[in-house]
Amino acid sequence: MQTTLRKWSLWLGAAAFLALPLASRAQLASDQLKVWEAAPGSVSHIGNITGHAKDAAADYRRYCVGCHGELGDGNGEVAQWLLPPTWPKPRNFQLGIFKCRSTPSGTLPTDEDLFDTIARGMDRSAMPQWSTFTKQQRADLVAWVKHFSPRWANEKPGDPIKIPPEPEVTPERIKAGRDVFARVQCWKCHGVQGMANGPSAATLTDDLGAPIAAFNFTEGARPKCGDTDQDIYRIFMTGLDGTPMPSFSDNIKPDEAWDLVFYLRTLQPHNAFNMKERQIAKQLGLKPINPNAPTQ
Amino acid sequence: MNAMGLLRIRKFANSLSAVLLCAISLVITCSQPANALPAFARKYGLRCSACHESWPMLNYFGQKFKDNGYQLMNDRDAPIWQNPGYWPVTFRMTPIWHRVSTGKVLVDSTGGVDSAVQRVETSGFDLSGLDLHTGGTLEKNFSFFLLPSSDNTGAFHFETVMARLDNLFGSPYLNIKLGKFELDNLLSEKRILTLTGNGGIYQLYHFIPVGDGNIFGQMGDNQLGVEVMGHSNNDRTRYSAAILSSVDGTPGLTYGSNAYSGFFTGSQAFDTGKLGVQRIGAYAFVGEAPTSWLTSGGPTGYLPGSGIGNKNFSREGFVGQFYFGQHLDLQVVTQHGSDSAWFGQGYGDVIDAVAPNNNTPGTTLPPGSRNPTWNGVLFEPHYVYSPQLIFIGRYETIRMSQQSTPGTPSTLGNISTYTIGYRYNPFMTSRAGFAWHNEYNWLHQDGTGPSLGLNTANINTSELLIGFDFDF
Repeated sequence: MQTTLRKWSLWLGAAAFLALPLASRAQLASDQLKVWEAAPGSVSHIGNITGHAKDAAADYRRYCVGCHGELGDGNGEVAQWLLPPTWPKPRNFQLGIFKCRSTPSGTLPTDEDLFDTIARGMDRSAMPQWSTFTKQQRADLVAWVKHFSPRWANEKPGDPIKIPPEPEVTPERIKAGRDVFARVQCWKCHGVQGMANGPSAATLTDDLGAPIAAFNFTEGARPKCGDTDQDIYRIFMTGLDGTPMPSFSDNIKPDEAWDLVFYLRTLQPHNAFNMKERQIAKQLGLKPINPNAPTQ
Repeated sequence: MNAMGLLRIRKFANSLSAVLLCAISLVITCSQPANALPAFARKYGLRCSACHESWPMLNYFGQKFKDNGYQLMNDRDAPIWQNPGYWPVTFRMTPIWHRVSTGKVLVDSTGGVDSAVQRVETSGFDLSGLDLHTGGTLEKNFSFFLLPSSDNTGAFHFETVMARLDNLFGSPYLNIKLGKFELDNLLSEKRILTLTGNGGIYQLYHFIPVGDGNIFGQMGDNQLGVEVMGHSNNDRTRYSAAILSSVDGTPGLTYGSNAYSGFFTGSQAFDTGKLGVQRIGAYAFVGEAPTSWLTSGGPTGYLPGSGIGNKNFSREGFVGQFYFGQHLDLQVVTQHGSDSAWFGQGYGDVIDAVAPNNNTPGTTLPPGSRNPTWNGVLFEPHYVYSPQLIFIGRYETIRMSQQSTPGTPSTLGNISTYTIGYRYNPFMTSRAGFAWHNEYNWLHQDGTGPSLGLNTANINTSELLIGFDFDF
């Protein structure tokens, strides 16, 4: 009796042990995945690292697919619960439009731009900082992201904009930056105190029609595309494609862009980048702009 | 029914009782509630696989999330950003069928009570305990975790109760945790992928020499104390230092007065291109615990909380997490352990009747008594076919290098064990987890069985387990 039971249980265990992994294979193989893997131009170059889309398939499935979807269209299972503007919708990679670029507005980002975005994440969104990945993993994922959009088959990324050396912060520059802030009407979205409460703020939508919030400089958050002075400069000059934030490269001279960076630093709470700017603003007794005043 | 039939029934009942006792003691002493939290996945919209190599085991990203205080650091971690209907609670339970085979169980026979040994095998359907996880952030950079956990009869205890101040002074290198919490083991027993009685724990984390009375050096058990830990932004560099009460996680100051331990870890990870991220680190668990107890009402009326006469113990070793591409990895932990000779001679935890002796004033150790020491290593390879299917293996061995009592067989208490298994997740979403779990464990220990005139008193036990492991 016991021998029979023992045999039966061993056979049952062995059968169960083997059965499900075999069954799982059918589910794991996706025809669609193979189609995407075979797309042209599925390669990235980050320094001396070459990324291959096919090597990113497993990582994309593990980390990204829940939001960005199997087809990279931003319609993963979670997308329905991400409600803008608090939770921006996941990026639709098929459109080939990206916020964070070093390239002029309307052009494709460089591989490095996408590479940096993966590690930096996107604050105030569901996109985490994937900084635990190896550089190779990130390079592979860049290639994977690119292969969703036909733009990379037909276009080349734009040339990165030139960022001149950062000048010394002075009271004059901060005051000049305040004038730029008023002149190009940053306040219409960001508010006169940088609190994202300008007259247009409530009406902002992205290119897909979803509500989007202007950046609030006063709450201590990191700008989405980086928090160094160079990052902020770059945001003015390239714009954030797909959002209402335009490129000001035609309206602002490089020197003025630096002035604006320094002024915006005074609106932020204390952080690692703005100690000097805040000190100067305090000494100047700097007041918010008055949009109704004849000149600022 | 004839006499032979009655004898068989009695024998079977005795055998079953023995096995049940073994099983119950294993469940009570060794069950390891694990942290796999769909509550976090629901909060952030990430699939289980984003944080878990296979849940509940963390991958590097999940480890960073935990190190950040269950925060993604995307400025949306505070509860104020969540839908008010969200409640950060997860339950986990595991219905199973298992077959346990225990060697050399003492049984009654025609020679009298406990006059024979035999192998006892039993099988049947069973349950794990229930884990009720709740954790997350109270506010940005204020984290918490509560884990009421039951055994399979529904008797609850607090497995984890802690609050944590994260990123103090804006630095990820300074985080402070207070309460009852898991020690900062890189290979976490609370996230172990295996479920059998002996394979569901790391033997290395609980080893106590035969006859030793020290229960306080079990680094697999959650402990009461305060921990400072820190890490680099990408989590490549990690350290932690914890000061713990030497109570093995038992609240109520049941044991000694002023007995503390320290648990220290440090590790560094390296980017090795296509191979992945490799991490190496070291840990040390050093402390002291009581051996001398006041009594009341007689020599065996030990007074809880009265322990003094602290003696030392230590556990230290290296940890490696090695990755060989996207599918294969190997986790390694080594340990050198040492207890004071007092523990080795059976002084220590008298409250739980672990130690038979009380170190009353004037007590001396038997001549020649030495600190028991041992060395161990565990290897745990994983083959991750996909986020939904992982194959698991483990081999652990612990070898005594010095017995406390001279003349004791050098191999007494040595352990060898291996475990193989796989977990298959038929779906992978951000809402719930479900795994079809299959596992086999075999354990051998030298000299701890009843000899009864046999040449060796070694024990072999094995367990086959099949079950559903789910949480929501």
